[in-house]
Amino acid sequence: MAKRSAPEINAGSMADIAFLLLIFFLVTTTMDSDWGLARLLPPPPEENVEQDDIKIKQRDVFVVLANANNQLLVEGQLLDITELKDKAKEFIANKQRLETLPQLEDINVAISQERINALSSNESAGDELKKWQKRLSAAEVLGDYTISKQVISLQNDRGTSYELYIRVQDELALAYQELRNEMAMDKFGVNFNKLEELAEKDADAEKKYEAIKVVYPQRISEAEPKDVTGS
Amino acid sequence: MSRFRKKDNKGDQTLSTASLPDIVFMLLFFFMVTTVMREVDLKVKLEQPEAKEIQKLENKALVSYVYIGEPFNSDKYGTEPRIQLNDDYATIDDIRPFVETFRSTKDEREHSKLTTSLKVDKSVKMGTVTDVKQQLRKSQQLKIVYATMPKDQ
Repeated sequence: MAKRSAPEINAGSMADIAFLLLIFFLVTTTMDSDWGLARLLPPPPEENVEQDDIKIKQRDVFVVLANANNQLLVEGQLLDITELKDKAKEFIANKQRLETLPQLEDINVAISQERINALSSNESAGDELKKWQKRLSAAEVLGDYTISKQVISLQNDRGTSYELYIRVQDELALAYQELRNEMAMDKFGVNFNKLEELAEKDADAEKKYEAIKVVYPQRISEAEPKDVTGS
Repeated sequence: MSRFRKKDNKGDQTLSTASLPDIVFMLLFFFMVTTVMREVDLKVKLEQPEAKEIQKLENKALVSYVYIGEPFNSDKYGTEPRIQLNDDYATIDDIRPFVETFRSTKDEREHSKLTTSLKVDKSVKMGTVTDVKQQLRKSQQLKIVYATMPKDQ
């Protein structure tokens, strides 16, 4: 009697229970990860404050209008969406230095240094100073380069479909991405996305990455919605 | 002798399943940890547009979702696109309280990282989306993501 082994609990059904739970989690789990176009909205316009219009020359603005019939008017011309990217690239870079395309600024170390010196005595020019400091560090990596004063203005009607809007946003983002890519390949021999990955670990790559972003800053501005009843 | 042999044979025949629960539990814990329960029951039709130049949403705990689309039960709710917040249909005026409530549940240090994901059906007109965006701007929720599906080249 005393030698009898202690009674064991039958663990055979343990696996069944665990399987049941496992299957429950397998079914409820959603592996879909969220993808999307990240954007930053402009802060709300302050009321009672007279908006002083920032003067931007017409040649610096790339106007994209999307109407309720899902047609695009780009710089006053009807354009198919498949051509939008190349048109935007041509505009942003203005490689031929055309008069009709945005104004260009040639930047190098000496010019940036000069501007920083001039601005550092002026205390109200904080943003301007920051801008030139960024340009200086870009010049240290890239040497001489040109920045265009491009701005892309996107306006849509209340009747424009969301699908078209996303496509336009996507094509414009692609235009910037491709220009950055070309520059990264040209100057450093690596892909821009690769550079972005490297930038997290490597300070040198981060400098290169930031420099390219200085040359091609993504400037897509959306017009304040107007109450136009046309659709 | 024959009695002993019998016993030996019996021992050989059974395969030990003692480690099976361990393996299953391991899998179970993996799924328990990685699983993300569907936050809401969708009440609107949602077919997201496709885009190439997209990022992945990193910290899902800091993301609030706004759904816009045609209601599923179109006999009862019509075919006009509706906004869905949490588990219910909402109107444009509910956006600001929704965002502000969401913000108040989060730590103050994380306020600048809060993102609103707009999950919008591709057939929806921009008017509704613009209204939502205006509300978000007014409540200082400036970081947004237009949820899209990845598009193959």
